[in-house]
Amino acid sequence: MADNENDNDIPFMQKLLDNHFLLLVIGVVSPGVLYILWGIIDIMNTPLAK
Amino acid sequence: MSSILPPSNRLWWKESIDKTEWTWIGIAFVWGMIMFVMMIYWHIYGKQNLSNEAYKTTPEMFAAKAEKFIAENTIRTETDLEIPVVKVPPGGDGYLIARLWNWYPILELQEGKEYKIHLSSMDYNHGFSLQPVNINIQVIPGYEHVVKMTPTSTGTFAIVCNEFCGIGHHTMLGRIYVK
Amino acid sequence: MATTYRTCPASGLQFEAHAEKLMKWNAVVAVLWLLVGGIGALGVIMTRWPAFKLLPADQFYTILTAHGIDMLLMWILHFEMAVLYFASSVLLRCRIWAPKLGWGGFWLMVIGGLMTNVAIFQGESSVMFTSYVPMQAAPHFYLGLILVAVGSLIGCAIFFGTLVVAKKDKTYTGSIPMVTFGALTAAIIAVFTILSGAGILIPTFLWSVGLIKEIDAQLYRMVWWALGHSSQQINVAAHVSIWYLIPAIVIGAKPLSEKVSRGAFLLYILFLQLASAHHLLSDPGMSAEWKVLNTSYFMYFAVMASMIHGFTVPGAVEAAMRRKGFNNGLFEWLRKAPWGNPAFAGMFISLVSFGFLGGISGVVLGTEQINMLMHNTFYVPGHFHTTVVTGTTLAFMAVTYLLVPTLFRRKMIWPKLCQIQPYLFGIAMSITGLVMMGAGTLGVSRRHWDMAFSGAPFQYEWPGAAYLMMGMTGFFGVITIIGGALWIVLVVGSLLFGEKLDGGAVSDKPTPIPAATPAAAASHHGSDHVAVPGTVILALALLVAFVLYYYVNWKYLSEVWLLS
Ligand code: HEM
Ligand SMILES: [Cu+2]
Ligand SMILES: [Cu+2]
Repeated sequence: MADNENDNDIPFMQKLLDNHFLLLVIGVVSPGVLYILWGIIDIMNTPLAK
Repeated sequence: MSSILPPSNRLWWKESIDKTEWTWIGIAFVWGMIMFVMMIYWHIYGKQNLSNEAYKTTPEMFAAKAEKFIAENTIRTETDLEIPVVKVPPGGDGYLIARLWNWYPILELQEGKEYKIHLSSMDYNHGFSLQPVNINIQVIPGYEHVVKMTPTSTGTFAIVCNEFCGIGHHTMLGRIYVK
Repeated sequence: MATTYRTCPASGLQFEAHAEKLMKWNAVVAVLWLLVGGIGALGVIMTRWPAFKLLPADQFYTILTAHGIDMLLMWILHFEMAVLYFASSVLLRCRIWAPKLGWGGFWLMVIGGLMTNVAIFQGESSVMFTSYVPMQAAPHFYLGLILVAVGSLIGCAIFFGTLVVAKKDKTYTGSIPMVTFGALTAAIIAVFTILSGAGILIPTFLWSVGLIKEIDAQLYRMVWWALGHSSQQINVAAHVSIWYLIPAIVIGAKPLSEKVSRGAFLLYILFLQLASAHHLLSDPGMSAEWKVLNTSYFMYFAVMASMIHGFTVPGAVEAAMRRKGFNNGLFEWLRKAPWGNPAFAGMFISLVSFGFLGGISGVVLGTEQINMLMHNTFYVPGHFHTTVVTGTTLAFMAVTYLLVPTLFRRKMIWPKLCQIQPYLFGIAMSITGLVMMGAGTLGVSRRHWDMAFSGAPFQYEWPGAAYLMMGMTGFFGVITIIGGALWIVLVVGSLLFGEKLDGGAVSDKPTPIPAATPAAAASHHGSDHVAVPGTVILALALLVAFVLYYYVNWKYLSEVWLLS
């Protein structure tokens, strides 16, 4: 089966899983935001001791 | 097809999933949700939650507060090192300094009373490990952690340092009395 | 760059010359690091064994730092480079992208590893592999780690480059194989890991040479663990790929469902790395919301993914064995599995030990409140020796039994000993891990030279059971080391003295993977579906153990002092 022929039939999720660089971006952004960015915000929001 | 070859069916996403597999996926999902809800449930109804009250501080600031607390509440000293034993006012604030290589001072508490214990380190990371109760809390320099504790048993308790803090790490043993 | 392709006559795998050489050298260096780390393990275990207490405190902490770094980083990362090159260039049957760059990465890792080890053994950098600030190591300790990180990042880049090459040269059609997809997952997690690592190690290096005044101790821990824990998630993705690889080669297993397994890998890509929060659950500076959401991999989606792999991997084995006719009862497929093949045996022990011991203990340890019972106790190394040792290391050992004949073209020497090795190593380490967790449950500290607290102003006596557990840790730890040493002897012995095997035909063009015939595709669909009742029973056993152990620990927690 040639690559382009039936591309329209390919379901969205399969296209996503075949798009390696998009996966790379997702895989870096997800923990980058949820863990690192949010973590930095938490640390910065720690109040100063009286 | 085989795990080391491309899927033989070009449109593999459209393949149906077997019933047993769906069931297992369902079970795994539900179990995950239960575990997730357990943590939230425990925050609301559980009696052992680590306090979120923390402040940025400096070793000097924290030591000053701790020294004031010790000066006001010491009841006696112990060992050749004359380590002060400090009675924390019930319901009040107690300070515990972690430093190379001791926990300072010795605290005296009463069973069933709630205390606000302030923890901080003067130098490296240390590990507050209350034994044999087995409660373990990280103590970090520059951070004052205010942990509310209510002892539920009486006796002499050890505070082991369980974060590596240098060559004297194994000598870093502190004490808490509960009357 | 001119290159050639060799097709191994026994396995049918195709090796491109540059990739082959890179894989070989990375694997060889990995084994050497395992040797160094294993000697370190002996020093560590003989010191923590209360009856021996072999080393003085300063040497113990030096050796423990080396053991952590050489095992966790050097052995694992070098081997993973070989896995990435295998999963891309060999499985996609294409040339490797930018092999010269690959050598650059290789040498950076070698030099970095040596540099850090020099720093450690000079004695001024006994800071453990976590190197929490403000405890300071020598500058070349951090610099070496930075070089290792850059070297492995290059390895990831080459993996991605090779995926592009394969697509461009059309050496495969459709989607990449499952094993390659798992390796892709590992590589993606690796990129996040290494970027975080750079984000914290570079400032720390600058601090160690005096260019930065201070690094916030909590911030360090948070970002450092994005390196330290995520690198364990690279390992998980890598060894799960190997769990798919070995049965495919040994018994022709195929995934039960491409969709399910790849979906599970996608959940890894999205959420696995959040688990770095496991190490900060008992820290002051992070909010409860942050802890709960991150420690649970965003509502346990990555745990769900692992449970899926834990089902589909043995399920694929069962289906393949049943197709071969081992269809009697629930477990004939399991009894008649190729237990005498060390690659298969190692893979299966890795699967079971990782699932039952490493997986369950990890989730329990990573429960926000329960963590307080175990944080920094001996439970923690107990847990991760059943993940990164019986899980990852054993899987890597197992796949090596396949790589020596096909990649290195040598027959394994002493086949009887090869058969025993995975059992010896896997079972001994599983027991070691269990008793370590037992000691930790009783409160015994990790990274601690003296359970008797000699020189302390007070006394504290651990329960007798804790001493018993530590003694057993020593005993079974030594047996594990023997099992590991046996593997090194077998592998190095085979590389040097094993019978040379035929390399197979060499061509200067790759032979692409033949496109699936419509017939094969049709046959795949539905008709050859096999039920896997035995796997269902195994999975339910896992679930029951999981649920029981989970709630037992809530019970323990409810009995300690009240905290709020
Ligand atoms: C071969 C048998 C092995 C034995 C007997 C062994 C034993 C131990 C023990 C007893 C500890 C805990 C020491 C302490 O906290 O006081 C330890 C720590 C550790 N081990 Fe192993 N180990 C072995 C193999 C491995 C392997 C293969 C890896 C990694 C792939 C590994 C990675 C680690 C790490 C990362 C630590 C933590 C070091 C630290 O706390 O800084 N070990 N090992
Ligand atoms: Cu300490
Ligand atoms: Cu310490």
